[in-house]
Amino acid sequence: MTTWPILSVVTFLPVVGALLIYLSRGDDEAARRNARWIALWTTLITFAVSLILVWRFDAAQPDFQFVEKAQWLASGITYHMGVDGISLPFVILTTALMPFCIIASWKSITQRVGEYMMAFLLLETLMIGTFSALDLVLFYLFFEGGLIPMFLIIGVWGGPRRVYASFKFFLYTLLGSVLMLLAIMALYWNAGTTDIPTLMHTAVPRNLQTWAWLAFFASFAVKMPMWPVHTWLPDAHVEAPTAGSVVLAAILLKMGGYGFLRFSLPMFPLASHDFAPLIFGMSVIAIIYTSLVALMQEDIKKLIAYSSVAHMGFVTMGIFAGTTQGVAGGVFQMVSHGIVSGALFLCVGIVYDRMHTREIAAYGGLVNRMPLYAVVFMVFTMANVGLPGTSGFVGEFLTLVGTFKVSIPTATAATLGVILSAAYALWLYRKVVFGKLTKPSLASIKDLTFRESLILLPLVFLTILFGVYPKPVLDMSAASVQQLVNNYNTAITAVKAAALLQ
Amino acid sequence: MSFESAGYQLLPVLPELVLAVGAMALLMLGAYGKETTRLVTGLSIGLLVVVGALELMLPAGKLTTFGGSFIVDDFARFLKVLALIGSAATLILSAEFLADPSRRIFEYAILVLLSTLGMMVLISAGDLIMLYLGLELMSLALYVVAASNRDNAKSTEAGLKYFVLGALSSGMLLYGASLIYGFTGTVSFAGIATAAKTGSIGIVFGLVFLLAGLCFKVSAVPFHMWTPDVYEGAPTPVTAFFASAPKVAALAVFTRVALTAFPGIVSEWQQIVVFVAIASMVLGSFAAIGQTNIKRLMAYSSIGHMGFALVGLAAGTVEGAQGVLVYISIYVAMTLGTFAVILTMKRNGQHVESIRDFAGLSRTNPLLAFFFAMLLFSLAGVPPLAGFFGKFYVFLAAIKAGLFTLAVIGVIASVIGAYYYLTIIKVMYFDEPLAKLDPMRMELRTVLAVAGLFNIFFFVYPGPLVSVATSAAKSLF
Repeated sequence: MTTWPILSVVTFLPVVGALLIYLSRGDDEAARRNARWIALWTTLITFAVSLILVWRFDAAQPDFQFVEKAQWLASGITYHMGVDGISLPFVILTTALMPFCIIASWKSITQRVGEYMMAFLLLETLMIGTFSALDLVLFYLFFEGGLIPMFLIIGVWGGPRRVYASFKFFLYTLLGSVLMLLAIMALYWNAGTTDIPTLMHTAVPRNLQTWAWLAFFASFAVKMPMWPVHTWLPDAHVEAPTAGSVVLAAILLKMGGYGFLRFSLPMFPLASHDFAPLIFGMSVIAIIYTSLVALMQEDIKKLIAYSSVAHMGFVTMGIFAGTTQGVAGGVFQMVSHGIVSGALFLCVGIVYDRMHTREIAAYGGLVNRMPLYAVVFMVFTMANVGLPGTSGFVGEFLTLVGTFKVSIPTATAATLGVILSAAYALWLYRKVVFGKLTKPSLASIKDLTFRESLILLPLVFLTILFGVYPKPVLDMSAASVQQLVNNYNTAITAVKAAALLQ
Repeated sequence: MSFESAGYQLLPVLPELVLAVGAMALLMLGAYGKETTRLVTGLSIGLLVVVGALELMLPAGKLTTFGGSFIVDDFARFLKVLALIGSAATLILSAEFLADPSRRIFEYAILVLLSTLGMMVLISAGDLIMLYLGLELMSLALYVVAASNRDNAKSTEAGLKYFVLGALSSGMLLYGASLIYGFTGTVSFAGIATAAKTGSIGIVFGLVFLLAGLCFKVSAVPFHMWTPDVYEGAPTPVTAFFASAPKVAALAVFTRVALTAFPGIVSEWQQIVVFVAIASMVLGSFAAIGQTNIKRLMAYSSIGHMGFALVGLAAGTVEGAQGVLVYISIYVAMTLGTFAVILTMKRNGQHVESIRDFAGLSRTNPLLAFFFAMLLFSLAGVPPLAGFFGKFYVFLAAIKAGLFTLAVIGVIASVIGAYYYLTIIKVMYFDEPLAKLDPMRMELRTVLAVAGLFNIFFFVYPGPLVSVATSAAKSLF
């Protein structure tokens, strides 16, 4: 049995690394190198420790594991940590992607390296904490705390319009979240606790459910982001440094979906059921509209950002379908999108480091000079499209299957979106990679270096592995997903039965 | 122990007596000694510490004297200690201001002491007379301190403005007090509480005037107009003082009057407090956006923060009072830390006050910039910093009391307010650096380090402050 608080160790290890970097301060080349290495080792060790979680995790058990509890704010507000099959994939996704982010910033960040690495390590702690907190206030602390390092990452190391983008990111997200805070307080007074497992088994009055659902929705919809509150995302993505974009797309966006799974469905099942049509509508609009918008983009990062919004549309649709396939597909789609979109941003970062532009028009014919890059980029583009055999297919397919059972029009419209996603992704790939290499600026562009291959190849491997063998992720989450769906359906059937009796 | 005079127990007022006598002794020392500014200031800080210790050594429980017009309960103890900390920290922050040989104003420390005495009386007031005595003692000393930079027109203007408007508000408060006395036949809070079971028109009138006077002291909208000018004009250490200890005392008496003198007519004063809170939060957030002077910005920020604190009071419950207490404690820490930073802002021996002067601070002075950024995030209420917990407790109380509209407007105002704090962080972190600042003085470092570390690590162990605030809040009910 666990004798040491493994989850807290995983959560707070990165902070220790950040402190070490702080202690080894200085601004010469040696200090910069130290900062990079400390950050890399910290993230690697954190990842290694988090693998112990996977190893000891009992996938047959739907309840929370590795639970830690300690006194904190008040009797009902405690330091309570734990993971189940829904949160563990996200914890692993976070710890696994962070080393890639650090390596991706190895050469491209030359200014204030120590601070940059500290911000990333702090962000890692806050992200892991978000996924493993089992108390609403604690969750809120981690969830919102992440704004501070991300604001600085975009604002200090970002592109030309970084100030605008960082402010928009911060204020948008904060506005969504403060309403959730009020809902958390209302739940506290309703149940006398903010303990998540307890609240999952507390019946919340119908009226409060509706309001609390809306408040939580405000926060998660912005974070996710859903149409029409997605406009901060393209700006933040475009201006953020490469690793910032990766974290944003791969992990921060997942907090919204995770929130829906962890709070909206289990705690407010009736409201979730009532609002499902709204979510379906918004998801379909997100899928089709943002795909169309993506078709019009001239900036590679912006295009991928809009495609993220579209893919998150599949996730929300799947989650609120409330079926086993839909929810499991939502979880899988988020994990897959974490890998694929993170990798796509890394790919963009690679050409950006060489050319210092993200204009699609500035590229063309890269395949002639960068064959390896062309292959890698193709794998991720196909995964983004959802080609069978890549991880993107499994998630999209499952969410669509799950939704078909509930709402055929929604699923039909969403399926059309898949075609659009193929259109913009292939168009991007053709413009950037294929064709003749005519631009003189590209004439001397180099293929992937060893360092770049090192970060991309594992991601290629995972994308294809999860495409043909999605079992590890699906198995990990299966029991918890099943329990969630069962509870959700029980709650709804109970109300329907009561309505029939009257 | 028997401390008695004319049949009145003196033990409860012992700390106040020590402070008064000590202040007089120091006045003599200053008047008859030579070059005594440093000595008097140092001894004053010591005196404040002694008084704080005495306050904590008083017998536990609720002590009253002078026929119930002076009350020492947990609420009073908590806030008195907080006010004393605020005053002592201000004196520490003033060291540089007082060291200027051209000034030689040892009276400064004495005035701070007397003002603190006024605050302590105010916090313990059990009737309207004691309230007025404390309020005037506090305010009169403050008017003079505001003008303590004698050769500076702005400082003099600040003092005068503060005095004229302060006198007006005292007049309103007195008028309200006399109306309440007229309609209830008593000045003691307990007596008023028994008499004012229903909100007769006369009592409500008196209540409105009384609250107007108190709103002026906490600088809540619509009685906030003096704040930006006085904050900007007064010497910076004085501004730090205005923003901390007197706010504690004024908020304390506001809470005590509302909760102990008018518990029967909560609905009457609740709507006033709700309005004032909303107006303060919204105005504080919007008006601060356009400011370029950091002291003016802090003035609007303090208006906004008083609005947030009043959200707790508006709930009118134990949780609400607890929220007010937690909020004001954290607010004092954040404010003192912020002013330690503002006082550091010196280039070539000249104080600079414009927000632009912070440009690139994160590169010229990373640690200072980091602490300041954390204080600003905290003022904005971003978790996991201390400021978040202040807001958390007041809104928690508001939600329990069913004041949803107030809470929603409040949190939205806090997001708008976050914008201008972010602007300062942006200037510090994203902009190109200006010339280096002068090195930071030792005492400023200490204050900043204490306030900054409290602010960052409060979330690790919030228990003690919260539980003390709870017992303090319970002593009012």
